[in-house]
Amino acid sequence: MKDTLGIIYAAEDDTQIRELTKKRSIAALPFGGRYRLVDFTLSNMVNSGIKNIGIITQNNYASLVDHIGTGKEWDLNRKREGLNILSPFAIHDSTGWYKGSIDALHSAMGFIKKGNEKYVLISGTHMLCNMNFNEYQNFHIEKGADITVIYKEDNIRKDKLKKYTLLQTDEDGRVRDIEVYPAIPKSNKISMKMYLLEKELLEYLIEEASARGYEDFVKDIIIKKIDKLKIYGYPYEGYLARIDSITTYYRFNMELLKKEVREELFYREGLIYTRIKDEVPAKYSDDAVVKNCLVADGCIIEGEIENCILFRGVRISKGAKIKNSIIFQECEIEENAVLDHVILDKKVIVKRGRTLIGTENYPVAITKGEVI
Amino acid sequence: MIKKECIAMLLAGGQGNRLGILTKDLAKPAVPFGGKYRIIDFTLSNCTNSGIDTVGVLTQYRPLKLNAYIGTGQPWDLDRVNGGVYILPPYIKGKRGEWYKGTANAIYQNIEFIEQYNPKYVLILSGDHIYKMDYSKMIKYHIEKSADCSIAVINVPLKEASRFGIMNADEDNKIYEFEEKPKHPKSTKASMGIYVFTWDILKKYLNEDELDANSDKDFGKNIIPKMLKDNRSLYAYCFDGYWKDVGTIQSYFEANMDLLENPPVFDLYDIRWRIYGRNPIQTPHYIGCNCKIKRSIITEGCEVLGDVYHSVLFSGVLVGEDSEISDCVIMPNAKIGKNTKLSNVVVGEGAVIGDNCIIGYGDIKPNRLYPNIYSSGITVIASDIEISEGSVIGKNVVVEKSNLDVKNLDSGEYLSEEEVS
Repeated sequence: MKDTLGIIYAAEDDTQIRELTKKRSIAALPFGGRYRLVDFTLSNMVNSGIKNIGIITQNNYASLVDHIGTGKEWDLNRKREGLNILSPFAIHDSTGWYKGSIDALHSAMGFIKKGNEKYVLISGTHMLCNMNFNEYQNFHIEKGADITVIYKEDNIRKDKLKKYTLLQTDEDGRVRDIEVYPAIPKSNKISMKMYLLEKELLEYLIEEASARGYEDFVKDIIIKKIDKLKIYGYPYEGYLARIDSITTYYRFNMELLKKEVREELFYREGLIYTRIKDEVPAKYSDDAVVKNCLVADGCIIEGEIENCILFRGVRISKGAKIKNSIIFQECEIEENAVLDHVILDKKVIVKRGRTLIGTENYPVAITKGEVI
Repeated sequence: MIKKECIAMLLAGGQGNRLGILTKDLAKPAVPFGGKYRIIDFTLSNCTNSGIDTVGVLTQYRPLKLNAYIGTGQPWDLDRVNGGVYILPPYIKGKRGEWYKGTANAIYQNIEFIEQYNPKYVLILSGDHIYKMDYSKMIKYHIEKSADCSIAVINVPLKEASRFGIMNADEDNKIYEFEEKPKHPKSTKASMGIYVFTWDILKKYLNEDELDANSDKDFGKNIIPKMLKDNRSLYAYCFDGYWKDVGTIQSYFEANMDLLENPPVFDLYDIRWRIYGRNPIQTPHYIGCNCKIKRSIITEGCEVLGDVYHSVLFSGVLVGEDSEISDCVIMPNAKIGKNTKLSNVVVGEGAVIGDNCIIGYGDIKPNRLYPNIYSSGITVIASDIEISEGSVIGKNVVVEKSNLDVKNLDSGEYLSEEEVS
């Protein structure tokens, strides 16, 4: 993707995943055994040839910064360009919290203006896909669009569409209407909240909106300018995992147990990079029983696991039975504990003989570091 | 000028003949080991964990993969502003230039490199052992003893002592005699090939040894005996952890299998002493619905749909449905088809084994061409070759090229690149 600056909007506050995002931004939410959500957008940008990336963060960004570090895993520890964490600084009355996406982008204006790139791609982190943005950029240029937004057409139940920003496009692909969380959905084209536009235009729009005291990029810029600017929708055809609730978080993790989903999400257009931990390969003992599981390095498995996703460094003791569960990094499950439909955050210890049972639509989620 | 107290010189030039086709395309230190490592990772990680930040790696045999693997040294945190890891191949100096003729000569040829750092001590290491050792303790010991040279030793069973270089030392561990592979060993202190030298003294001996036309230019054969003759103070530093020379197919295989022991005889899971290496960019590994996985280690990127017993699977290995892998070492990205049985097999990187094969079963016959290398029952499949569907291959077999029409290879066969079968 030529001549493009990447902006990752990791200050998303429209998605709350209960216990799991209390102490971390959604961008830093662990996913798929060894990843965090931000890895997908970041890797897609790098794989598409974007060399200069800024990440806009909200105040709870410690785990995100810890995860990304210097950006070397994404090959972004460069002298020219590379990775910038755009943390909020206290120029506003409200320290650390942006009033909205316009405020956040306005704070990042110094970084945005500094770059020489012609285009800028803005993306959130909770729509997971494996995509090369080059075709998208060609589409943008061919259509002579001012702004192009990526959408995914999805035939889900109408009441489920209410949670999304929906686009209505004409035959040419031009966006004619946008509704944010509509009570009565008129379309099934879900905005993936990825926008491509020229950097100069972005600078102008943000300055203008900021001067008027506007707050929301979608409601106050995109929707208000829908007739004045040529806004196009670009359809994404590949696999998309939308992480916006504990139920979808659970479901999309579990979908990774299907080979075709792993192929789509982790290998389709390029590799998904993540922080390296130098873990040892996973070790199975004589007593291990394993069925349909995704297991990261550093795990030691002596018990029974079925339909599970195990992050790095999980210990499962003898006699423990774990089913349909997602176990984060460095958890310890002691002897004869029983878990079913459970999500354990990092470093949770489940003492011997304990039982935790949730349901598919309401998995039990345990916060970081708890001892059960 | 920067002054380092101690720098390490890692001898990685050995050909490793006794590893047979495992070292066909690459130097021994670059041979994959333990699911996600290469042999040299252990020594390099020991350096980093011991606080040694300057390491010269001396290479001369098939160095390409090793050089690429080491790169900037970033995986071991050896990409430093002052120091770091350096690959040191032999080079032309003025009109003269030559291969490294022996371990001592290799260091001699790099005196200039060492002098740049003006070190007080030099640690000499070899890149073909599996162990975790804190070199800083050994250097401290060397300083305490005011030694000219300290040699790390490990106690070996008396009956095996004649395979090693044996140090005979007094109660204070001062060495008075060194015997290379003695028929009647007087002690069980075997040299681990790890030396700390006071640099000024080593330099003197290297310069003298270089002028000696009768010398083999070897630490064990020349430098150490010469120092003993001169009554220099040489001390044995006793090490009592896990240490394995992976110089032969058998010992390489055993060392891999040692990782499967429970409780571990060699614990890689200790976070205080991590072993670093280049991590593959792969998803967590997937275990299918109808598999039995017992006493094995499996790495990220694997896709296992069959049974795995007592085996080591490196990253990106595929095991097809109804297959059975027992007592095997399967190197990165190898693919095993469906309904295939493997027992006591080392499968090279990227090899593809077809469906319905039976490999590693049959009578024990030593290998036809190299009975000394392949005699312990292990069959070795070279990297990047294909074993066609339905092949039946015995024990101690070496398959160096794709077997195409030769479906049956009896125990002890050697299917080589040169021979037309």
